[in-house]
Amino acid sequence: MHEGDAVALGLALESGIPFAAVHEIIRQQRRDLTLIGPISDMAFDQLIAAGTVAKVIAAWVGNVAGGSGYGFRRAYEQGIPRRIVMEDHSNFTVGLALKAAAMGLPYLPTFTGIGGDIVRGHPRIRPVDDPFGGPSLLAVAALKPDVAIIHVQRADVQGNAHLWGNLGLTVEAAYAARRTIVTCEEIVPEEVIRSDPNRTVIPGFLVTAVVEEPGGALPSSVQGFWRRDFEPFLRYHQVSRTLDGFQEWLREWVLDLPDRQAYLRHMGDAAAERLRIHDRRLAAAANFAP
Amino acid sequence: MIATYTRRELMVVAAAREIRDGEVVFVGMRLPLLGFGLAKATHAPNAVGLFENGVIRDRPAEAFIYTMGDPPNIAGAVACLGLNDVMSLLQQGRVDLGFIGGAEIDPLGNLNTTRTSASGSLVRLPGSGGGGDIASLAGRTVLIMEHEPRRFRERVDYITSPGHFQGRRRGGPATLITTLGVFDLTGGRVRAVTLHPGTTPEQVRQATGFPLAIDESIPATAPPSTDELAYIRKADPDGFWTGDTMKAG
Repeated sequence: MHEGDAVALGLALESGIPFAAVHEIIRQQRRDLTLIGPISDMAFDQLIAAGTVAKVIAAWVGNVAGGSGYGFRRAYEQGIPRRIVMEDHSNFTVGLALKAAAMGLPYLPTFTGIGGDIVRGHPRIRPVDDPFGGPSLLAVAALKPDVAIIHVQRADVQGNAHLWGNLGLTVEAAYAARRTIVTCEEIVPEEVIRSDPNRTVIPGFLVTAVVEEPGGALPSSVQGFWRRDFEPFLRYHQVSRTLDGFQEWLREWVLDLPDRQAYLRHMGDAAAERLRIHDRRLAAAANFAP
Repeated sequence: MIATYTRRELMVVAAAREIRDGEVVFVGMRLPLLGFGLAKATHAPNAVGLFENGVIRDRPAEAFIYTMGDPPNIAGAVACLGLNDVMSLLQQGRVDLGFIGGAEIDPLGNLNTTRTSASGSLVRLPGSGGGGDIASLAGRTVLIMEHEPRRFRERVDYITSPGHFQGRRRGGPATLITTLGVFDLTGGRVRAVTLHPGTTPEQVRQATGFPLAIDESIPATAPPSTDELAYIRKADPDGFWTGDTMKAG
């Protein structure tokens, strides 16, 4: 991650948000970032409130269970801690912008948004004629992140990554980005990946770095590993109403903790155990015999 | 016997009644999520639900969920795809009905969830999410709102989710379900269909920042049956979404 990078994260929507990486970005005081994502449950709000962000390209910034993101509001309405530029999208236009980049195209056409204000005077969305004579469309320009950060269940050391559950825009972002960072619950032998190639959503040659970081998406959920920890979302929603409350939260949960292991310890073993999924409901095996 | 119920429980029931059997529904969270499960359990067993994170389900989640990405919404799903996959189905015209919430609405059914200066100073709202897409592309939309004068505006400051406009390809707002009643939006104006029990036409006029058609003899919204209530309370055991204090928008 560099100063001024355009970073895509939170791509699966409410699950698998790479909070460990988000908090490390804050600790390393990266500045002038552009954030890219569809919705961004709390993570964008934290990055904005911590002063790391210059611009947001997203469809929704807030706290899914609570509503408003107060850090986002303070930045947008009052320039605290700094002014941010907002490029508003709908989920589909973020998706099309990343997909166009993933496909190596300058833009993709769509019917979404016609008649609304999001697409009016938009820097990345313009009217376009259908060359085949159909009704006119909107062109959504490609959006190529410098970095995509994605949390998955398992990957091998090459970065070949298995992810199951909802995918959101994970695949598009990983294919579009110049660099992709994978954080995972566990690094597994490559035989595990190769035993089920349909589950590989990101081939390793697209991955710049792979990091084993169990619990790296908490308090968001990871299918088969972690339930959603609801309380931190609500608590953050309440304390971040004021700048002081946010600063206090930031010290306790980010700045005073060196890494994710410390975060898990700070949560407490009992809390972590309560969230860990121990039940097993395994998919039926698929026969890949040649 | 009709048990006591909250306004939000009644709104869930009203949302469920909008779903016809066999329909493909873009579900969304909060009240519509419960409404989808209720419809499946009652009159619409063959409805299919799409979620913007890529999940396709034809039965409700097995346990309470806070978000569409929670593990119980993935377990037992029909498919887990990507956002562009389900949005493509929406764009193709294969989604009959979508639910959207809003912070502000105008008589054309335009919703604003982006920014407003209605209170005098600028307030930034979270944004579209998938709302703008559902409004643009679903076969019809059902809107869910808190019924307050500051939210019902002659003209919204920003059209996040387009309502009725000339040149619309398909769909548009069909029904509005609020904390006070159920309203028809199909003609590009707001017409009260039923008011929730105990609500008077005068109350609704007071709470609506623009003129709306409302008969003095307007019927009451049919209250939840005991079966419907039982379903809702099983799906939302602590009243997280349907208690008296939770915001619907």
